Amino acid sequence: MNILTKWLRSYLPELAVDDRQLAEDLTLRGIAVEGEFDAACGGRLYEMDITTNRVDAMNHYGVAREAAAIYDVALKPLSESIGAAVVETKPGAGFPVRIEARDLCGRFTARVIRGVSVGPSAGLIAEYFAALGQKPISAPVDVTNFGWLAMGQPTHVFDLDKVVGGIVVRRAHAGEKLALLDGTEKTLVADDLVIADEVKALGLAGVMGGWESRVTEETKNILVEAAWFDPAAIRASSRRHGLHTDASHRFERGADFDAAPLANHLVTRMVVEQSGGEVVGPLVDVVVAEWAAKTAQRKAISLKVSEVERHLGTTADGLGIGEAVVAQYLSALGCVMTQTSAGEYAVKLPSWRLDLEREIDLIEEVARVYGYNRFADTLPSFAGAVRELPHALHEATIRETLRGMGWSEAISSTFTSAEEAAVFGGALGGVAIGNPLSAEAGMLRPSLAPGMATMLAHNLHRDVSSVRLFEMGTVFGGSTAEVKEKVGLALGATGAAVATALFKADDALFYETKGAIEALLQKFEGAVGFDTNALPAWIAAGRGARVLLGGEAVAVFGELSATELQSRKLRQPCVIATIDAQRLFETKLRQPVSRELSRFQAVERDFSFVFPDAVTWATIEAALHRESAGLKPDELRSVLPVEIFRDAKGKSIAAGSYSLLLRVVFQSHERTLTEEEITRWSEWVVAQLTGLGGTQRA
Amino acid sequence: MSTAIPELKQYDEAELDRVFAELEAEVAAQTRALTSDEAMEAFRLEWLGRKQGRLGQLSAAWLKSAPIEAKKSLGIRFNKLKARIEEARAASAATEMKAAGAGLDVTLPGAGQRMGVEHPLVKTMAEIVSVFQRMGYSVGLGPEVETDFYNFEALNFPPNHPARDTQDTLVVAGQEAKPLRERLLMRTHTSPVQIRSMLEQAPPLRLVIPGKVHRNDAADATHSPVFHQVEGLCVDTNITFSDLKGTLDFAMKAFFGSAVKTRFFPSFFPFTEPSADVQISCIFCGGKGCRKCKHSGWIELLGCGMVDPAVFESVNQRRVEMGREPLYDTQKISGFAFGMGVDRIAMMKYGISDIGLLYSGDMRFLEQFA
Repeated sequence: MNILTKWLRSYLPELAVDDRQLAEDLTLRGIAVEGEFDAACGGRLYEMDITTNRVDAMNHYGVAREAAAIYDVALKPLSESIGAAVVETKPGAGFPVRIEARDLCGRFTARVIRGVSVGPSAGLIAEYFAALGQKPISAPVDVTNFGWLAMGQPTHVFDLDKVVGGIVVRRAHAGEKLALLDGTEKTLVADDLVIADEVKALGLAGVMGGWESRVTEETKNILVEAAWFDPAAIRASSRRHGLHTDASHRFERGADFDAAPLANHLVTRMVVEQSGGEVVGPLVDVVVAEWAAKTAQRKAISLKVSEVERHLGTTADGLGIGEAVVAQYLSALGCVMTQTSAGEYAVKLPSWRLDLEREIDLIEEVARVYGYNRFADTLPSFAGAVRELPHALHEATIRETLRGMGWSEAISSTFTSAEEAAVFGGALGGVAIGNPLSAEAGMLRPSLAPGMATMLAHNLHRDVSSVRLFEMGTVFGGSTAEVKEKVGLALGATGAAVATALFKADDALFYETKGAIEALLQKFEGAVGFDTNALPAWIAAGRGARVLLGGEAVAVFGELSATELQSRKLRQPCVIATIDAQRLFETKLRQPVSRELSRFQAVERDFSFVFPDAVTWATIEAALHRESAGLKPDELRSVLPVEIFRDAKGKSIAAGSYSLLLRVVFQSHERTLTEEEITRWSEWVVAQLTGLGGTQRA
Repeated sequence: MSTAIPELKQYDEAELDRVFAELEAEVAAQTRALTSDEAMEAFRLEWLGRKQGRLGQLSAAWLKSAPIEAKKSLGIRFNKLKARIEEARAASAATEMKAAGAGLDVTLPGAGQRMGVEHPLVKTMAEIVSVFQRMGYSVGLGPEVETDFYNFEALNFPPNHPARDTQDTLVVAGQEAKPLRERLLMRTHTSPVQIRSMLEQAPPLRLVIPGKVHRNDAADATHSPVFHQVEGLCVDTNITFSDLKGTLDFAMKAFFGSAVKTRFFPSFFPFTEPSADVQISCIFCGGKGCRKCKHSGWIELLGCGMVDPAVFESVNQRRVEMGREPLYDTQKISGFAFGMGVDRIAMMKYGISDIGLLYSGDMRFLEQFA
């Protein structure tokens, strides 16, 4: 909405500040001037940004009211300045108006003007419209728009000769057709409120006038309407028919109940000024008492001045907001203050401020007009205790551990497609969104894996071939009846995995991810184990593992299946892990314990064996962690694979077998190991490995 | 090579001074010639060699046969000479090291150490939260799928408020059969956690609430259906608007630096009254006006206000329904709440032009924050 300062100042004859200062002061009080330009009619044009609760201020007179309160200057009364009562120039009976839908229409004013000759508008209207860029239509229509811009009250002019009998404000008949001013025809429902004559609907009340009864250049006689409608009814009607108009905007937020007669006067007088004619008969003003009691005549509310200080606190000047200031501001805003006892007032609220309902609303008004930035900056004292989130440390540990290993944190969409939810969600099922932005975002993610796959693909499609990402975020289970949330964690890796003496390049990515998972889980209590049970279908067969912590499954990971790679047009292996972070949050972080370091020398022995593929590392490790040959568990300090070799051609190592270089470290905490012990234990190691089907290499 | 040891006529001071000065002069002269590995080694062997070293010979010839009273004096001189020799070797060795550096191209990049990167949103959110934690705020969390009650009703949104429209809010499918207040939706702000916290906890409370929120916004450079907020809530007896101002002014100075100024504008939110928008003086130009602040000198950063009594009343009512005491007496208790968009702050702070980058997992983008 735009405001002309020239127009504004016509209501504020005493206003001394310049337009720049005025803009700043209004803005600081919530009547925000977003832009300022020179106006063609002189003065400035303000582009306003006013919050939706302040419809009363979305017009020139409304802004003038605010300025009057801020500067404590006189505001010309609305009745005198723009709506001075119009005297009938030709006597006549009042125009017949009947409000049938008394629950939807609170007030209806009507006035007849006869003998107009419709042409373009001139004078102030033309000047202001040109400055505002408001399109002129014809003088009577422009007058209604002028009234709207002046005081924010929608009005309407009918071609009186198209009105049969009198005005009836009623509900529409279901299926009733109505051609509107915008050229569309609407089929109405019984909840729509219409302005009708004795035979037909003339306009959609509070939203838009009708085509048939519009004022044209041929119009000779005019009926001026200004009314008040139930906000909820207008909102419903406006939304039902997809019509958001200036009129509906105001009515659905609550118009000024007392503005209807004033606006009718204004329009009547200006139509006569612009288009000639005679005002016939008195202003007809039908008021529904119940609505008046709920709006213009609503009960005064009580205000304790002490509450103002309790809510607002200290002012920068240390003086506080005194009783006199409170009374002055509220009166300037149109409240009528009656002192009921010491420091307490009954405040009658202005008809144009339906947003004011409670004491706190008045306190806000006081703060606003006083100026927010004139309050002191104080800090409250506090007697409570600070509580840490129970899993704050777990979260930080997970993030730090992964980052330390080179994994960067990412955040992906909360949503996924139904297809991906089915593939990655497994038993968790899915929760659908009722109004998704797209089919690809139709479900809440049951797992972080699809988002991770998307992010890996995003990188690969942009020639970023090496990616290490993790995401920690909410995953959703349950059903649309009851959604269950928990925190998930995913790792995603592709490219740049380095082959080692143990792992071929093709397998290195899997083992790198496994290493990251091991290092992460090592931060928590419980033994870490891996098996290949219960793997989901998105993991390529034979290329994934399930992870156990303290015997319970906490993660699965592995290479994306060929199907998943193909559907994303990916040509290099991607490893994804999904980890139940919620479980980790519920698991104790491992408390490190220091152990005495041995003062005696450790002895390394390497063993080179050929094993059938079926003998896994876990089997070998378990076979050597068995107490025997007088070797105590703490004397076998470590058993590690050093090198694995497979010969694809089956020459040096037979197909189906692999050679393993194994390093065993012996060390005692109590003594230097003897040659005899080491020889005995080494022989035992050889025997154990041979027992597993291994053949020692020469 | 002169391997002879000077003749020592007697163990008196003058004679000792003479011979040792002679020896030191000789060391000094040789030092200048130590320009190669060979020379270094020869020098070492001449003086310090285990079998033929002159120092060893001196020791054997003089020290052992010296009279007791002269031993100390001789020892001091002997040690001084040895120190000179070592100094000469160390100095030459340092020169030597530089020369050896020619074997390495020190301008080659070091072996890659890839550190994982903290996500700019996670980092920004943690920084904001930490400012308030230091001011005595506890962290509060809540679910991302909420009911209409927590997201709207208890926060004083009227039944027909535009925010409740499905054009703004993503809703869970199949909720039509449920009463309005039980219908599930993606929370549109972190404010429902205010309600959840007040239902669970008695006043006083100070909470900082970080979290992910969702809106039915098509993605563009500044909009994302997923974004992040940090919410704050402070409730106690006698919490005032000036406390809100002071708290946010302090927090903004802690976050952006002590030179930052704040200013407050009236605004409107259903769950606060009075409500305010807060601007900070532009962190890029210091308030002079630049492209980033659209030449205004100010940047709009957060929304805040005093908790609307209607919110306390909903909390009380719900507490009673839950069999708890209605502890949020609006005659005694007051509070303030504030909320800010983490994405916008991170974008501003790091100069990110497209919000979508934050949710892309693009390594090229993320690695800028290493």
